[in-house]
Amino acid sequence: MNWTTVSPLEFQPVTSARFPRQPLHHLDTLWIQVAGTLCNLECTHCFVASGPRNHRHGMMSRAEVRRRVAESLPLGVKEFYFTGGEPFAHPEIVEILADTLEHGPSTALTNGTLFGEECVARIAALAESSRYALEVRVSLDGPTCAAHDAIRGAGSFARALAGLKRCARQGLLPIVTATLDVEEDPAQARAAYLEMLRGAGIARPRLKLLPRFRIGREIQRSGGYGRTDTLADLPSNAFDPNRLQCGACRAVTSRGVFVCPLLVDEPGGRMGDRLADALGSFPLGHGACFTCYTTGMTCANE
Amino acid sequence: MKLAAFGGVYSNHRSLRAVLADSARIGADHAWCLGDLGGFGPHPDRAVEALRAAGVPTLRGNVDDAIGHGRSDCGCGYSDPRDQRFAQISYDYTASQTSAEHRAWMRGLPEQHRMEIEGRRLLLCHGSPRRVNEFLWESTCSDAFLEWLCDWNAADLILCSHTGLHWHRPLPSGRHVVNVGAIGRPANDGRADVWYALVELDGRVSVEFRPISYDTEALAREMEADRLPEEFVETIRTGWWTTCLENLPAKERRRGKH
Repeated sequence: MNWTTVSPLEFQPVTSARFPRQPLHHLDTLWIQVAGTLCNLECTHCFVASGPRNHRHGMMSRAEVRRRVAESLPLGVKEFYFTGGEPFAHPEIVEILADTLEHGPSTALTNGTLFGEECVARIAALAESSRYALEVRVSLDGPTCAAHDAIRGAGSFARALAGLKRCARQGLLPIVTATLDVEEDPAQARAAYLEMLRGAGIARPRLKLLPRFRIGREIQRSGGYGRTDTLADLPSNAFDPNRLQCGACRAVTSRGVFVCPLLVDEPGGRMGDRLADALGSFPLGHGACFTCYTTGMTCANE
Repeated sequence: MKLAAFGGVYSNHRSLRAVLADSARIGADHAWCLGDLGGFGPHPDRAVEALRAAGVPTLRGNVDDAIGHGRSDCGCGYSDPRDQRFAQISYDYTASQTSAEHRAWMRGLPEQHRMEIEGRRLLLCHGSPRRVNEFLWESTCSDAFLEWLCDWNAADLILCSHTGLHWHRPLPSGRHVVNVGAIGRPANDGRADVWYALVELDGRVSVEFRPISYDTEALAREMEADRLPEEFVETIRTGWWTTCLENLPAKERRRGKH
């Protein structure tokens, strides 16, 4: 499948009354897809199918990010997350982080493969001088080179680990974010990652585990969601409206405002042009909603 | 008007007595405890008895809520197995050592308290005004968010605790958010003192964080005698946190040793 030519992003709400609707309690987190869908890697599980040739969501300019941050402040936004694609492929990412850190805590999600000495030194200096927290999250998809590279491409484990070591040397305390298949045991995975990271000289490893989402390029690997993977017909008295991250987040890309960072390519995920358009409730009609709800996961740091 | 506010007693009856003595000595008009009486330290009933005997109004923190209702853990939500293990040791010890009478008292404590002083609306809570176990860290709360919290809760001054680290944010609107920290364990700063907040309202708001020394060695020996983990005792003696590190943001974690 050519991921650059899938159907356009018309607003296609999931209107069926069969799905519970998630209210936005408050905008705690604003996700900024600063690098669009452009990435130096083409991971087999990428839920937005990012890659070097995917221009579906474009890079956001420094001015565009400033406008989105300014738009979110009157809504009482708590913190900002930068994602892509690969944020550190953006030529002005450090300047964008510096701009944003004047207004709130910021986290950058990265594959870690573009972390040269100079880049990491600049990030560390920013983290040290900023009033708010700057968190760096480096994605790994296996505690071994073989497992990771099978998903992220040959050589990517060595480069990500080198980036992590540079971060640790500069005192950045990066959070390693790892995805798990449903059949993997989280406790065993956690132990394996921590042992590997400590063995690599990362003295204070921090780790966040996430489930994989059967959307984007992951459909080719997993076959996507089945008919029973749905929140349809969940009794209203069984629905917990405090369980999902979309009760506290929205995502912006070059193409508008979306319910969350996962559904930027899914029909109905787009909620409008402005954040003010996107404060209503959202019908939980996607397979990804099923994963979020059943696992209780959040893409945020905590 | 001087208001002494503290949280996170964590069964440290020795630091609690030192804090109460200090706040009385400097003439605090009111003292408030923002919750989490048990956990971490030894003989939880001793701190509760001291607090109740002093008549200090107290909020129900997540630990008090859990102990009071006989829940299975403290509700801090750790996912790291090491943090989970130590939190569970601490919680199980506290649960088993807290009298039924004190547990019933904890159940009846309020979750929040509002008062108006010199025309300012104060809101006292444990974690945040919206959730008892929400961590409000200094480095992860934007001004925009704290302004919203004040708006949403119709408050000019919010006092909270739960993180164990104290901070004060005067907001552009002239309102204030103060995390009063914890008096049950040190502030992960390499000194054994604990901290509480003295808030003075006299036309303007001023906040002083007061470091309190107490007999840490006597507390450490009590903890050792009751076979509490040596990691907890190390924290009391050194001032560095050794457990429950998972939720610390990078900025706060970097300041610590572990």
